[in-house]
Amino acid sequence: MVFRRFGERIVCYARRKSPWVLHLDTGGCNGCAIETFAVLTPRYDIERFGGLSKANPRHSDVLIISGAVTKKIESRLGRIYDQTPEPKVVLAVGSCAISKGVFHDSYNISGPLDRIMPVDVYVPGCPPKPEAILQGLIKALDVWREKYRI
Amino acid sequence: MKEEKKMEKVKEERVTYSLPIGPQHPMYVEAENLNVYLDGETIVDVDINVGYLHRGIEELMQRRNYLQNIYLSERICGICSGIHSMTYCQCIENLLDVNIPERAKYIRTMVLELERLHSHFLFLGVVGYEIGMDTAFMYAWKDREFSMDMLEQVSGNRVNYAMPTVGGVRRDVPNHIIPSMLKKLNHLEKRTEYYRKVFLRDRTIIARTRGLGILPKKDVERFSIVGPVARASGLKIDVRRDTPYLKYDDLDWKVIVEKAEDSQSRVMVKVLEIFQSIKILRQCLKKLPSLDREIKTKVPLVIPKAEAIAITEAPRGELVYYAMSNGTDRPERMRIRTPSFVNIIYSLPIILKEQQLADLPAIVASIDPCFSCTDRMTLIDTKSGEKKTVDETYLKKLGERRLK
Ligand code: SF4
Repeated sequence: MVFRRFGERIVCYARRKSPWVLHLDTGGCNGCAIETFAVLTPRYDIERFGGLSKANPRHSDVLIISGAVTKKIESRLGRIYDQTPEPKVVLAVGSCAISKGVFHDSYNISGPLDRIMPVDVYVPGCPPKPEAILQGLIKALDVWREKYRI
Repeated sequence: MKEEKKMEKVKEERVTYSLPIGPQHPMYVEAENLNVYLDGETIVDVDINVGYLHRGIEELMQRRNYLQNIYLSERICGICSGIHSMTYCQCIENLLDVNIPERAKYIRTMVLELERLHSHFLFLGVVGYEIGMDTAFMYAWKDREFSMDMLEQVSGNRVNYAMPTVGGVRRDVPNHIIPSMLKKLNHLEKRTEYYRKVFLRDRTIIARTRGLGILPKKDVERFSIVGPVARASGLKIDVRRDTPYLKYDDLDWKVIVEKAEDSQSRVMVKVLEIFQSIKILRQCLKKLPSLDREIKTKVPLVIPKAEAIAITEAPRGELVYYAMSNGTDRPERMRIRTPSFVNIIYSLPIILKEQQLADLPAIVASIDPCFSCTDRMTLIDTKSGEKKTVDETYLKKLGERRLK
């Protein structure tokens, strides 16, 4: 029993030091998508925190989602959320994802992100700067720690 | 028609399986779905399924007033946000028939060229990324940050600059930032020289781009493909030269044309255009201090009945705005035609035919797809309540019907 706990803790520790992120644009102007992409590149460099961009939801720990959710992508989004293994955290990047932003009264938008999936960290801005997204990611790791008592 | 049926039959016989790519796929940042029909490893045909990012902006524009629409039009695309809002403003200025101050014209030209710089660097990075050459991706995006810095210096924001307003620009460019901008331009020019060498000579890049994704000139003309994609197939079109707007006819620059029609020439056009943008920017910066300080003319925001159109050259090609006013402070109708739409829908099936599946990401990246302005094609049949997304074959059919 003791050993199992110990092993688990090592796994959790390792996980916290290497968050793999999946980014998805769900119908914004893709300004947020570009800024999230910039986080991967040398000036901001997510790899300082062990992060790596992954394309497969099954491999990732952190979901970075930007953009107001359109009707067409809603079901897909649910599926991507389900495919991501626990423990996971969700980052809502940009005013679109948080509150639908400028598109709030559009006929094809089915709602802010937190109506579709639980969101852990909100990064406001239109678009937020890459530094802000990076900080959001670090916050997400803290949330993760609290949530799963790592 | 007969030919199409024959093609359909050939396709059915050959296709061994179909492979859906997307909506969530490493190949692009945005959500989009391609259905690729394969014979072994060879691509026989593709279906493009767009509409995941459709936000109904044209309809939203009719519900907001002319000032609010500036910021909405900016959020059509995060990469070309400047050109969208400036074309919108230009269109409304055409409606009102007003002239904007000289200084505002120069500032607008500057922001547009800065945007072209950042968009082209972004493109170079994405091509490197799709080829599997992460070094190129990191290098290009590192240098792109310099152009983002310049945009931030000029406008205060990195992506949605909110620079233009109807009748001029909202912020002036102070003289003291000019030397530091010139320094950054020098750095970028040096780096671009390096990229030119890399994208022309590097063995990996040649293997993945040269001779692949051929887009013949006659198809470019047939489907009216625009922008750098058309210029890479030897067609000399550029709105900046053909129907000059802002200050482009006073500045010294030239249209870049490549003849090879393949992925590599599409990359090279963009690399060489970076030089031209830098050249234009230098001229603007030199001219700015000597101009009058006025940056805005006052305009009425209730517009009598009129119609107007504005055409500009976005980083990806020709952008058209049409506006119709009805005597109130809201437009009666706005219509936007974006370059990526034609470029993606028509050129993808042509350039992907008979290529290897492994080359698909690199070829798709070479036309610089950007979907956020493309997604507008959901048809709703109001009688039966049936919804369908318009695909490429349907559009082709519509086009053929028009031609007849
Ligand atoms: S929050 Fe702003 S920048 Fe981000 S996707 Fe929405 S409109 Fe674009």
